[in-house]
Amino acid sequence: MSIHRRNNIRVTGRTSGRTVVLVHGFGCDQNMWRLVEPALAQDFRVVLFDYVGAGRSDLSAWQEERYSSLEGYARDVVEVCEELDLRDAVVVGHSVSAMAGVLARAAAPDRIGSLVMVCPSPCYIDEDGYRGGFSAEDIDELLESLESNYLGWSATMAPVIMGNPDRPELGEELTNSFCATDPDIARVFARTTFLSDSRKDLAGVTVPTLILECEQDVIAPPEVGAYVHAAIPGSELVTLNATGHCPQLSAPEATVTAIRAFVSALGR
Amino acid sequence: MNRGAGGSEEPGTGVPGTRAAFSALLEDSAEELYESAPCGYLSTLMDGTIAKINATLLGWLGLSRDEVVGRMRFSDLLTVGGRLYHETHFAPLLRMQGRLGGIALEMKGASGSRLPVLITSTVKKSDDGEPLLIRTTVFDATDRRAYEKELLRARRAAEEARRQAEADREALREALAVLQRSLLPAALPDIPGVEAACHYHTASPMEVGGDFYDLFALDGDRSAFFLGDVCGKGPQAAALTSLIRHTLRATVLHDSDPVANLHVLDTVLRDRYTGDDPRYCTVVSGVLERAGDTVEVRLASGGHPPALVLRADGRVEYLWTRGGMLVGALPEAEFVPVGTTLHPGDTLLLYTDGLTEARTGPDRELYGYEALESFAADLAPSGPHRVVHALTDLLKGFGDGLDDDTALLAIGPPARTDTGFRTS
Repeated sequence: MSIHRRNNIRVTGRTSGRTVVLVHGFGCDQNMWRLVEPALAQDFRVVLFDYVGAGRSDLSAWQEERYSSLEGYARDVVEVCEELDLRDAVVVGHSVSAMAGVLARAAAPDRIGSLVMVCPSPCYIDEDGYRGGFSAEDIDELLESLESNYLGWSATMAPVIMGNPDRPELGEELTNSFCATDPDIARVFARTTFLSDSRKDLAGVTVPTLILECEQDVIAPPEVGAYVHAAIPGSELVTLNATGHCPQLSAPEATVTAIRAFVSALGR
Repeated sequence: MNRGAGGSEEPGTGVPGTRAAFSALLEDSAEELYESAPCGYLSTLMDGTIAKINATLLGWLGLSRDEVVGRMRFSDLLTVGGRLYHETHFAPLLRMQGRLGGIALEMKGASGSRLPVLITSTVKKSDDGEPLLIRTTVFDATDRRAYEKELLRARRAAEEARRQAEADREALREALAVLQRSLLPAALPDIPGVEAACHYHTASPMEVGGDFYDLFALDGDRSAFFLGDVCGKGPQAAALTSLIRHTLRATVLHDSDPVANLHVLDTVLRDRYTGDDPRYCTVVSGVLERAGDTVEVRLASGGHPPALVLRADGRVEYLWTRGGMLVGALPEAEFVPVGTTLHPGDTLLLYTDGLTEARTGPDRELYGYEALESFAADLAPSGPHRVVHALTDLLKGFGDGLDDDTALLAIGPPARTDTGFRTS
């Protein structure tokens, strides 16, 4: 199966524009970008995809070993860039994918020229004076919530929905299907996300980087945004007048404005 | 309706005083229902700030209205893990769908207590579609969650049991394979002037088969062989097979008369398995004696299918031993001897009834002696290796028509090279 199909890649927008790759985080799939995608598509070539294991990706390609580390997700980003033969793309990563973007950039410097980190956190667990906001027990509680809520995922329907990007109608009738994930896969992604520590990778970021944070975000609080900003030399930090962890949904216009300004200033 | 009979024209009017109570209930409803409903109600702004909350939910959480309204966000009421889930799944889905139902979360009470709840939320929008606020109902799911946890626990236990069962099955399969191998010679011995080949088809890896064979040197130019089939399968059949093998090997060392050997075996089996648990077998047992480039065969059969000889000149013949009885089953059993001379290029084939009783064709007919004879006729002349090879392919071709274990043993003096016969 091609990477195109495997990761359910979708390309829209201005073909002559700079390429912006939108990378969803832990939780749902590329639908997370649906409120900002049309506006970004006016100026840029927009690439969307689902990580293997999420959305309508090919579930059979999922391997626990690969997706138990952030490098596995970063490889998905790199392989999508390779599949489309991208050069100097802007990778916009939400939440944990902001860090996957950092790793992907290091692995494929020619293909990824700049980063937008939406509500990033390099480490979610409090440790040695660093405040990530969570304890290991909190993560266990999250895993419990994942076990209690299947959000429309079912073992019998999954093979029909997943890996069938050509037939979107199959999934549309199913409520919550954007976030419906095989519980075993979601558990691995949750552990990888919330137990990761990529603080040491931040200093290696030498490309233009925009950090977007929300005023109120329980997952990535302001201290964390400030930490990332300080750790990446020359990065730009924009605090959006928004609450929650998903400004692309709660404040789509402000998110688009910030991304557009950053990308436009990169020049050609 | 008959008014005169004192029947009611409105509900509740049958008993004096109820009518007033009924309308009082109705008029009281809106606010009272909201506050004291059997579920929690809560309205938040789009940023999650709690704008309204009912008394039921405040009571469950042990919080006062002043602490909550305008001061707390919805996610502040959740456990930290629940908050993570809320931010990564609940809030995005609610934004995208405008509605979300039946989500299991835990709320935190003022005293640190935890309340499992089921939550349904809808987004109220303005006339022009702008989201205004989120309305949420909260159901106490304590019992439901306990039940679900029990289901989860049972599922984990079942999964663990399944894993264990698979591991046990694998261990058993390995043990059975070892046991099966121990009942057969690891490899056929090199016997000067005699070629030999064998094959064992196992019908089920989970069951030790009841077929057996052996070939071993005696002294000088003599060697001995046997092949047979015990009744039944499994561990008891394996124990029986072991006894038969050792008995036959020992007795043929003492006396090389095949009929006498089978009588000894018969006595041993009937002595060992008495009463209502008879154990028996069919067997061909014999001695090979080399004389120059030919081999004299003397064998005896107890109830076993006849040996087949493929001659170097292309003829095929059964060595019939009709009248030979099961070994170990009957008092005063009779066993039938037969002999032949194998010339260079002749092959003696011994087999068990898995081969002749395989089901073939659309009518699932028994393969039978005639079919085997004509199959062999097409093969002849052929040396032991080629015969066993061809029959192994034949067995494979039977597919699920072959449901029994099958043993094959082929023996013969090598063809003379100057005759141009290939032996294998």
